[in-house]
Amino acid sequence: MKYLKHVGKYFLMLRQVFKKPQKWSVFREMLFREVEDLGLKSLGIIAFISFFVGGVVAIQTALNVDSPFIPKYLIGFATMRSMILEFAPTFMSVILAGKVGSYISSSIGTMRVTEQIDALEVMGINSLNYLVLPKIIATMFFYPLLISLAMFLGVFGGYVAGTLTNLFSSDDYLYGIRLDFDPYYIQYALIKTVVFAFVIATIPAYHGYYVKGGSLEVGRASTQAVVWTSVVIILLNYFLTQMLLA
Amino acid sequence: MIEVTDLYKEFKGIPVLKGVSTTFEKGVTSMIIGQSGSGKTVFLKCLVGLHVPDSGIICFDGRKHKELDIKEQRLLRQEIGMVFQGGALYDSLTVEENIMFPLKMFADQSFSERMDRVNFVLKRVNLENANKKFPAELSGGMQKRVSIARAIVMNPKYLFCDEPNSGLDPNTATVIDNLIKEITEEYQIITVINSHDMNSVMEIGEKIILLKDGVKEWEGSNKEIFITENEAVVNFVYSSNLFKKVREAYLKETK
Repeated sequence: MKYLKHVGKYFLMLRQVFKKPQKWSVFREMLFREVEDLGLKSLGIIAFISFFVGGVVAIQTALNVDSPFIPKYLIGFATMRSMILEFAPTFMSVILAGKVGSYISSSIGTMRVTEQIDALEVMGINSLNYLVLPKIIATMFFYPLLISLAMFLGVFGGYVAGTLTNLFSSDDYLYGIRLDFDPYYIQYALIKTVVFAFVIATIPAYHGYYVKGGSLEVGRASTQAVVWTSVVIILLNYFLTQMLLA
Repeated sequence: MIEVTDLYKEFKGIPVLKGVSTTFEKGVTSMIIGQSGSGKTVFLKCLVGLHVPDSGIICFDGRKHKELDIKEQRLLRQEIGMVFQGGALYDSLTVEENIMFPLKMFADQSFSERMDRVNFVLKRVNLENANKKFPAELSGGMQKRVSIARAIVMNPKYLFCDEPNSGLDPNTATVIDNLIKEITEEYQIITVINSHDMNSVMEIGEKIILLKDGVKEWEGSNKEIFITENEAVVNFVYSSNLFKKVREAYLKETK
């Protein structure tokens, strides 16, 4: 019953969020700020992780494929598939849920406990629309770019790792990544990313917005937000994979 | 004028306000006093619309809050300025941006017009050189002054202050009190202050309301509070020896 109540409250929150912004110039300003805070500031960590994980996936595959009957180009093929289908959209989203989710939850939560949200409401501002809508738009438009970069850097990381360790040739790798390539996989990954971006922006916002108490509760809400966002991403990943690929 | 009639509010079955009725006049500094848990903050939050009363009427210059649609409620809220206990300034914005925020949201003015207004209110609260500072760089008193400046920047008709003196030293508290009183008289605002600070109550409380367990126990001025025999007032206001002696001296002098 408790969980159902939260789900209901979450959807009621979304009803308030998706209203016309009260002033477009202020909304635009907020949107650019959120693109910077939630997107651009995550660029470094996403690039770093995807590049090295791509390298590790390629090395692991190479080390585990030692049968002479298995062609070396399968290393590139496996790296490409795992980066595009799962690693970039799903696991990068889980990483973003930790980084960005905790930021969203704690910043909105702090505004709640220090009465800054009350101050917005007293001024006659729809605080949910003002605070959450720019975050949703920023993440839904920017994360596909971020995830596309992660896909590219992951595959590139595999290439660099192979050429540095001489575990496979660059020709094999390049042939493998082009083998049986279907552009729909990119589309699939980006659809998942947009859905996960929505989850990353809204679940932590919900936890932050309805926090009660002080700094300790803000910390707890932040942890809860990361946990629930990750759980929902993993569950949605399962259903989206079924729907889009099966 | 704000008319409050039979205001009732409960949380999880526990009544916090039990039929409070009163009025607040233009140009008068009204103060709500009472022990912690007496319902002062809930009362103030009902007035500004942060809590919805279970029953009762709040009427702002003839406009019944309950009967207004959402758009009209938002317009009414633009006529309200509020000073929060902790200031409630936006951490990521400078002093100037904090004060300009309501203007950006609701006023159709050019940047220079907005800037002029910001500088005017900053001057009014004696804080002229803090435009580019962030709230974290200000003292408690300065934060309160910025909060007052933000509350009056839209020329509100109604000003609500939740414990504006909490955490301030006596000198700064007096400065804030005088500032609120001056602004109230100058702009003929309806000002309602929630306070624990008896010094403020005696100094600027032209109308004082004592709440006890969600009920209005007493209503009067800062002159009348010295002579009243109301038990709740005597127990609350004159609980300290100092105030008891001040009262005795006052009564002796006026006899």
